[in-house]
Amino acid sequence: MSGSDDDTAVVMARDLTKHFTVRRRAGRVRRDRVTVEAVAGVTFAVPRGTIVGYVGPNGAGKSTTVKMLTGILVPSGGEVRVAGLEPSRRRIELARRIGVVFGQRSQLWWDLPLADSFELARHLYAVPRSRHAARLTECVDLLEMAPFLQTPVRQLSLGQRMRGEIAIALLHDPEVLFLDEPTIGLDVVSKAKVRAFLADLNALHGTTIVLTTHDLGDIERLCSRLLIIDHGRTIFDGALNDLRDRFEPNRTLVVDLAAPQPALRIEGAQVVRVDGARQWLRFDRRTTTAADLVARVAVAADLVDLTVEEPDIEDVVARIYRDGSAAF
Amino acid sequence: MNTLRLWRLLVVARIRAQWQYRASFVIDTIASFATSSLDFLAVLAIFTHLHTLGGWSVHQVAFLYGAGGIGFAMADLFVSNLEQTSQLVRTGQFDVMLIRPAGTLTQVIAGDVSLRSVGKATQASLVLVYALSGAAIHWTVGRALMMLAIVACGALIFSAVWIAGSCIVFLTVDGDEATNAITYGGNFFAQYPLDVFGPWLRRLLGFVVPTAFVAYFPALYVLGKPMPFGLPGWVRFASPLVAAVALGVATAVWHIAVRHYRSTGS
Repeated sequence: MSGSDDDTAVVMARDLTKHFTVRRRAGRVRRDRVTVEAVAGVTFAVPRGTIVGYVGPNGAGKSTTVKMLTGILVPSGGEVRVAGLEPSRRRIELARRIGVVFGQRSQLWWDLPLADSFELARHLYAVPRSRHAARLTECVDLLEMAPFLQTPVRQLSLGQRMRGEIAIALLHDPEVLFLDEPTIGLDVVSKAKVRAFLADLNALHGTTIVLTTHDLGDIERLCSRLLIIDHGRTIFDGALNDLRDRFEPNRTLVVDLAAPQPALRIEGAQVVRVDGARQWLRFDRRTTTAADLVARVAVAADLVDLTVEEPDIEDVVARIYRDGSAAF
Repeated sequence: MNTLRLWRLLVVARIRAQWQYRASFVIDTIASFATSSLDFLAVLAIFTHLHTLGGWSVHQVAFLYGAGGIGFAMADLFVSNLEQTSQLVRTGQFDVMLIRPAGTLTQVIAGDVSLRSVGKATQASLVLVYALSGAAIHWTVGRALMMLAIVACGALIFSAVWIAGSCIVFLTVDGDEATNAITYGGNFFAQYPLDVFGPWLRRLLGFVVPTAFVAYFPALYVLGKPMPFGLPGWVRFASPLVAAVALGVATAVWHIAVRHYRSTGS
């Protein structure tokens, strides 16, 4: 796990916990109070300018963590700092410096044209008119919102509304952008637009981005760093490639040969499937490079075409959820 | 950004949005006028059998009803969107208010203005006109000022009751009914002279949900009635102080309650 004392960390959590007391039915009338640990001691630090993916199965504690980082929930224990502030104590000050997008909640005014919501946000965040205008023009361009700016929000499609939600969270030029499931329910084109926009935002403005998601496409496209949480605890903190190396070091080389032939015998690889002239060779990325392997195959057979398959990140994460921290 | 400007901004946005449903505004206003009129018929019905109620004539009770009613209608106009708090908390939409750089109470209150309460205010004003036509009042400058104070303090005290009552939903999501009992119940009790209630209820209305200070105590002064229950005379003038304290306590309770907000899943 990475250290939490990093001076450049713009988001920091140390031993962060949140528990809820719930009443559970225990007999006809009687109810027992049960304490549920939604977040059970999470520690991490996010350096300025990075994009971090915060993933985990449903009920793992992702949203609860984000709500503590944004000042919505008061932590039960531990420490949180965002942009140097303690979120729940200095909520209003923090609100000016962060942007938040919820996939399942709207910050837009339902019955008003989208443009009116942006204008209201200018007043709410007290952004100078010229700065607001510049920023708005940029968002409208990049998110292609011009055609529906004057449409009441209730008449927008989900993809259009989501672009509006992202824009309104950014008009005050926040240092950190939190997104809770930003691509949930979006079609492929809208997803791609949102991802490209976030990548640009990070590259051009240096905005730190923390996003929770179930969509591993979001992570592959955007996140240099990954935090996996399960049962309220961090079970992985590192780069996407580390995750692959650690949990699924095998890659597959798919070769098309000139003619069907029996399974090749190649050093450092194992044929796992043969289908006509096509063969699948599995190899360990830590001991064998794809280039060496291709050279060896070319010597052994008449090679026509080839591709290298990365392990499916979804399978990797699914395995971690299943095995939990026992995988370490 | 100051609270008043923010409030105006959000309210104007809301009215613009509501303007798309203006037919429903007209119907709501008429309905509000009609239902509160029925309410006053119930008071008149009592007087078909009695000449006085706890020593109060029909015009004097109408005075309580009208003056208190205008205050209630003003509170309804400005803060009744607090009734949406339970909805906001249940759906988790309250999250959005917490990530904006503005007070949560201002945002909830500014979420809507209940223009239909113009109907209620009109009805209460008519009842007050009826009251003034029949109650022989020796007008002085002090009494005229007190009339204004009744309306203003009434609006503030009911607002405080509304704010404090809404806090229940942060503790239990099904708190609406308890909240309604306090707000609308408070208005009901403010319409009758305190003399008709038992000692236990009198204390509740005097000190806990202080609706006796909305119209009853100041009305004693305007109508020139003697102090009941051996209370000192200054109680008749205490309404502005009570309103200020009630608002202070209610806002403090709100801020404590918000720290217990639990949001909802995902």
